[in-house]
Amino acid sequence: MTIIKTLFASLVLTFGLATANAGTLDVVKDRGNLICGSNTGLAGFGNPNDAGVWEGIDVDVCRAVAAAVFGDASKVEYVPLTSKVRFTSLQSGEVDMLSRNTTWTLQRDVELGLEFVGVNYYDGQGFMVRKDLGVSSATELDGASVCIQVGTTTEMNLADYFGANGMSYESIPVETNSEADAAYLAGRCDIYTTDASGLYASRAGYPDPSAHVVLPEIVSKEPLGPSVRGNDSEWADVVRWSLNAMIIAEEKGITSGNVDDMIANSPDPETQRLLGVKAGYGAWLGLDDAWAANIIRQVGNYSESFEKHIGVNTPINIERGLNALYKDGGILYAPPFR
Amino acid sequence: MQQNFLRKLIFDEKTRALLIQTLVIGIFAVLIYLVTKQTAYNLEKRGIGTGFEFLNIAAGYDISISLIPYDSNDTHLRAYFVGLLNTLMIAVCGCFLATILGFLVGIIRLSSNWLFRNIAYVYVEFTRNVPVLLQIILYYTILLHLPKVKQSLVIFDNFYLSNRGLFSPAPIFKDGFSLVIGSLIVMIIFTFFLKRFLKKKQELTGKQYPIFLINSGLIIFTPIFVYYLMGMPLEFDHPVMKGFNFKGGMVIRPEFLGMLFGLSIYTAAFISETVRSGIISVSKGQREASQALGLKSNFIMRLIIIPQALRVIIPPLTSQYLNLTKNSSLGIAIGYADLVHGFGGISLNQTGKAIEIMLIVMSTYLTISLIISFFMNLYNKAVQFKGNI
Repeated sequence: MTIIKTLFASLVLTFGLATANAGTLDVVKDRGNLICGSNTGLAGFGNPNDAGVWEGIDVDVCRAVAAAVFGDASKVEYVPLTSKVRFTSLQSGEVDMLSRNTTWTLQRDVELGLEFVGVNYYDGQGFMVRKDLGVSSATELDGASVCIQVGTTTEMNLADYFGANGMSYESIPVETNSEADAAYLAGRCDIYTTDASGLYASRAGYPDPSAHVVLPEIVSKEPLGPSVRGNDSEWADVVRWSLNAMIIAEEKGITSGNVDDMIANSPDPETQRLLGVKAGYGAWLGLDDAWAANIIRQVGNYSESFEKHIGVNTPINIERGLNALYKDGGILYAPPFR
Repeated sequence: MQQNFLRKLIFDEKTRALLIQTLVIGIFAVLIYLVTKQTAYNLEKRGIGTGFEFLNIAAGYDISISLIPYDSNDTHLRAYFVGLLNTLMIAVCGCFLATILGFLVGIIRLSSNWLFRNIAYVYVEFTRNVPVLLQIILYYTILLHLPKVKQSLVIFDNFYLSNRGLFSPAPIFKDGFSLVIGSLIVMIIFTFFLKRFLKKKQELTGKQYPIFLINSGLIIFTPIFVYYLMGMPLEFDHPVMKGFNFKGGMVIRPEFLGMLFGLSIYTAAFISETVRSGIISVSKGQREASQALGLKSNFIMRLIIIPQALRVIIPPLTSQYLNLTKNSSLGIAIGYADLVHGFGGISLNQTGKAIEIMLIVMSTYLTISLIISFFMNLYNKAVQFKGNI
């Protein structure tokens, strides 16, 4: 099926008249909803819940953009994309933006004609094994069979890591997260490797999560973030600052609960600028002044989104770690809002 | 003069046809030109690089199922050949197995034994009415539920079967083994001429020779004799359980087996119907006449029915081979690293060259299919009736 999708997207590139003349922001406004490329299903990041409503921290970025543009976070249409077709879909204009745990790399940023607008999750590639194998470090994995999801940075990191440590392995390349889970659980492979966040998310869905362990070695840098087409910096700014607004809101202690109170009472100038109390900042982005307030009211700040979907109180159970604010020991940092 | 030319253009059949054909070709060429130009324009406008230089960049990923030496430092071009060979491997093995199974089932469906006939009938109806993708996934899932690698089933002391595949000893050829192979080839050529010679003698004298027995004896026993003469220049590398996996030996992986079973069992159902229709198409009189001559029933099948049935069987058989080859692109569903999965999937994603890679993959499949058609057409010509009927 992915072949057909790739072909279709290629065809659009081949025959489609360039529609990029009109800015994406105007196209989205005219259409009345945002089309967001999402994961095919990764718990906590982008996954439809029991009621069929998409949720997760990647999905929250899409919702934030919709809240900024329309004042309504629900005006999003999600297009589930495999890792293989995601870039072609974005390039061809099938989706307005991509928010599906995608690593920011030089080649994707430059050669593929994309623009990464920020990082919403700092990740790294890890290894998961069964506890009963008695493995405690990734350096003991010589000769193992490894399940990898294809079309990612993962297979290259894997080749590099095993090569650098002089270890051999058998790779079983699979197409989606669920196929990798099935092959790993059946014992076809000893190791499942992908971004550590993905491993935690997968493990949460296993029959006996405690029988599996994520090894301490993180073998790569995987800054995951939303991306847009590279030829539309106006639209890139909208997406970038929608994400930044969530991070700044956490920094300033603004939550979905207290946002109206903050609008009425906060004496802090940056908070006032962010929430549109001081007018004019939304217009720079082509939005109205309440855009950031809408994001915080409907989606929440970064911390709320994190704790709701993947935090320590969820089955996925990830610590903030690198993803804490810079002042809390992490590396999450947004440029000043002025 | 001028008027004459115009008149000729419109009313002369030959000139008119030429004019229309030129126009059609012209329009087609312009269309191709416009599409290419528009594509280049669109790509440039979106800031997407184009070109085939990426083929010389290191691929950066590993492929475990590979017929040629390959590692992650090799180029995308080499990854392409690895994928191509994997596709050809599954296509050749699949066509071979499907043909044997298809002929067997086709003949069994015409058998007079009620039970065999109906088992074959159920098999055909079940397999050809269920999508091949589901069948591939079914066989693969069954293979994944074989014992885990640490509890491998041991077969004949040297073979180990688990959900990581079938591990078997790998032959190591030492000095002198090439002579064994050489003697085998010499014998095959020799028996070919021997057969012609004995046939001719039979036509002259009427005396029958056990050609098959003599020839198979020569082909089997000569290499064995040479093998012992050379002091048994063959050793085996046995797989040994070490750490996570077996080390050494050879392995047939479940991904390959799943594809092989799925494709050949599915295609065999279609081939069996082709074979059945071919056999039925041979008129009843042929069989009755040969029975009247007192021929044994397997002679009737082999010498009278099948050669005539082949005329009907070959053309649809060709398209079944083509189908199987193209269906091998479903390897992506179970992680078999064929052309589409490896080069058309992983390389495509690493480089982002969707149009270039899709073009390469599509023209490759086109070329493979045309080659299969070409040889099947040659074979078809060879089995057709000679002369006018």
